[in-house]
Amino acid sequence: MPTMTIAKAINAGLRAALGQDETVMLMGEDIGTLGGVYRVTEGLKADFGGERVIDSPLAESGIIGTSIGLALRGYRPVAEIQFDGFVFPGFNQITTQLAKMHSRSKGQLTVPVTIRIPYGGGIGSIEHHSESPEALFAHTAGLRIVTPSNPHDAYWMTQQAIACEDPVIIFEPKRRYWLKGEVDTEDPGASADPFRAHVVREGTDATVVVYGPLVPVALAAAEASAEDGRSIEVIDLRSISPIDFDAVVASVEKTGRLIVAHEAPTFGGIGGEIASRVSERAFLALEAPVIRVGGFHMPYPVAKVEEHYLPDIDRILEALDRAFAY
Amino acid sequence: MGVELPTTEFSDIPDELWLELESHAHDGAQGHAGQVQLLDEEGRFKSESKLAQSISTLSEDSLRGMYRDMAMIRRFDTEATALQRQGQLALWVPLRGQEAAQIGSGTATLAQDYVFPTYREHGVALTRGIDLADLLRLFRGISNGGWDPRITGFHLYTLVLAAQVPHAVGYAMGMQRDAARAAAQTATAQGAAAQTATAQAAAAPGAGPSATADAGAPSAEPGAVVAYFGDGASSEGDVHESMVFAASFKAPVVFFCQNNQWAISVPSEVQSRIPLFNRAKGYGFPGVRVDGNDVLAVRAVTEWALERARSGKGPVLIEAYTYRQGAHTTADDPTKYRLSDEEQSWVAKDPLSRFEKYLRAEGIADDAFFARVAAEGDAVAAKARADVLDFVAPSLEDSFRNVYAEPHPLIAEELAWHREYEAGFADENSGSAQEGGH
Repeated sequence: MPTMTIAKAINAGLRAALGQDETVMLMGEDIGTLGGVYRVTEGLKADFGGERVIDSPLAESGIIGTSIGLALRGYRPVAEIQFDGFVFPGFNQITTQLAKMHSRSKGQLTVPVTIRIPYGGGIGSIEHHSESPEALFAHTAGLRIVTPSNPHDAYWMTQQAIACEDPVIIFEPKRRYWLKGEVDTEDPGASADPFRAHVVREGTDATVVVYGPLVPVALAAAEASAEDGRSIEVIDLRSISPIDFDAVVASVEKTGRLIVAHEAPTFGGIGGEIASRVSERAFLALEAPVIRVGGFHMPYPVAKVEEHYLPDIDRILEALDRAFAY
Repeated sequence: MGVELPTTEFSDIPDELWLELESHAHDGAQGHAGQVQLLDEEGRFKSESKLAQSISTLSEDSLRGMYRDMAMIRRFDTEATALQRQGQLALWVPLRGQEAAQIGSGTATLAQDYVFPTYREHGVALTRGIDLADLLRLFRGISNGGWDPRITGFHLYTLVLAAQVPHAVGYAMGMQRDAARAAAQTATAQGAAAQTATAQAAAAPGAGPSATADAGAPSAEPGAVVAYFGDGASSEGDVHESMVFAASFKAPVVFFCQNNQWAISVPSEVQSRIPLFNRAKGYGFPGVRVDGNDVLAVRAVTEWALERARSGKGPVLIEAYTYRQGAHTTADDPTKYRLSDEEQSWVAKDPLSRFEKYLRAEGIADDAFFARVAAEGDAVAAKARADVLDFVAPSLEDSFRNVYAEPHPLIAEELAWHREYEAGFADENSGSAQEGGH
């Protein structure tokens, strides 16, 4: 089984999709000759040509808007937004057009557009390069949102998103682009359904739900907690819309405690949605309130202080302590 | 880098035609001189114009048909406004004054073309075969569409200003790709099928390449896209980005701007300090201003632009210089922001009366024809009214469908909850005191 980084796995996933279906095409800023600022699309233009791997003008609304038009004509465009904080010029097209086209046409039209967005902090970058805007899109009906945390998922999710008849946004955890892991390119295995959560560590005393860049953080926190004799279950949510509430509820019914952690600001975030759902569906199983760990209510801070902003092992352990105090 | 940039001289346009288009457009003012015109305000035809040639090939039936379309859509528009006033529609967006711009451009499109309208292109819809009553579903509040864009080649109305313009460019890029893929497939198939094809061609000399194309292959029929927007929408970033994309990729798209002078209450001078068509040159493709109240000029210019786009020469911007005679929508009150003098001066340029004068003067149509058209208009309006009142309102349950194309657990969960909740009321209503029930 080959071992590769998440960046290479996405590249391989795109390559497979381009090879299998000639209606698949990539579009974005600097994705062609340069191979993208993170080199995720490296070599694809050379192999599939500038007609299918398009260096677009520098215009996010134009990238999403023309992708919608291409999808209406029968193509499967994969649009890259260079950085999380630059998606907003395209926000109107994503939320008012892409998300609603199928519904407003009563199903006559489908727009299978995939949008790739490198997201999240921890790379010491400057402003608008470290944000986690997933909740803004999850709130919009009509979109699907996934986020891989490992190369195997990255490889398969990329292809699954492209094959999906609905618009899918892939939030790619950019600080994990260089994380290596095995990729089974023959069999997706448990990753066959991109919208199912995975239990990535079994435990009995508390559940930690995370996704994308925080999965390794939560696993490390669970490891540290084990030294204190606590058995922590870790769930990699994988899909932010839809959310696999069944998997979360099943875990909480086993462990009785739930921590949800994400890099995005806590207020109005995905964590609140999960906490609310779990309190509705598994209230009697809860030994403690659901505790959220996330970013503060501020614009993403400057890089020199981001380590104090981003949820880390200690913040998750502190949340677990609070949960166990009940 | 050594990349040779195209000039802005548009050398691919036949000189004589381009000179003519440009000669109409050099006054550089907001005034309505300097525009392509084939019918003057008295309905006199300028037969010396190069563009007159394409019009002179139209049959008398076609010319009468264009008048009929204009009259029909005006009558329908009046009826829809009345329906709104009577509380049968939530809103109506009148087009009075813009019939020539819409019928002229709409009748220039071919079946394989695709049109992205704003929310005022009722006349274009008519030319694309939409049942007019279907246009009212959106405004009745029972649907966000009402017709099938795949069959009509006429997209759904878009209410977010200019959002449809990049879609149009993307769609045109798709057409471009279809043509390239079809050519590649033909080339591949040619070797094996050369002899058969020759035999077929000999047997059926009229058959074009599409006659021998494989089923399911991308369409080889060259098509183009028309993107409609208004002078107000021209200020939106999406129009700018669309023009950048279209120019860079030479997409087969015609940008059709109906400059009706007013973006609700804001005059076009606030949208652009230069005539709008001049912007095209800055992107690297031709822009033309046409008298938007002259149906023949609009038809000729649009045909020229579409043919140019279909033949791979890239986009064109057409500014149809016209006037919205009525309100922006039924919620608007134009008496608050413009003078009746201005309105009257445009009524004198009315597209229908001008075309009627021409048709009468040329002996193409007579009193009997105009009487027939008026009667037909009344019938169309009556049918639209009857259809609207017969529309069946959907249930909220219908809105759960098609949020996603593939199954979605949240939709399933919320739909199930909604059904159970509604069923509770059904029990209550039918439940003549069912004992123990609740």
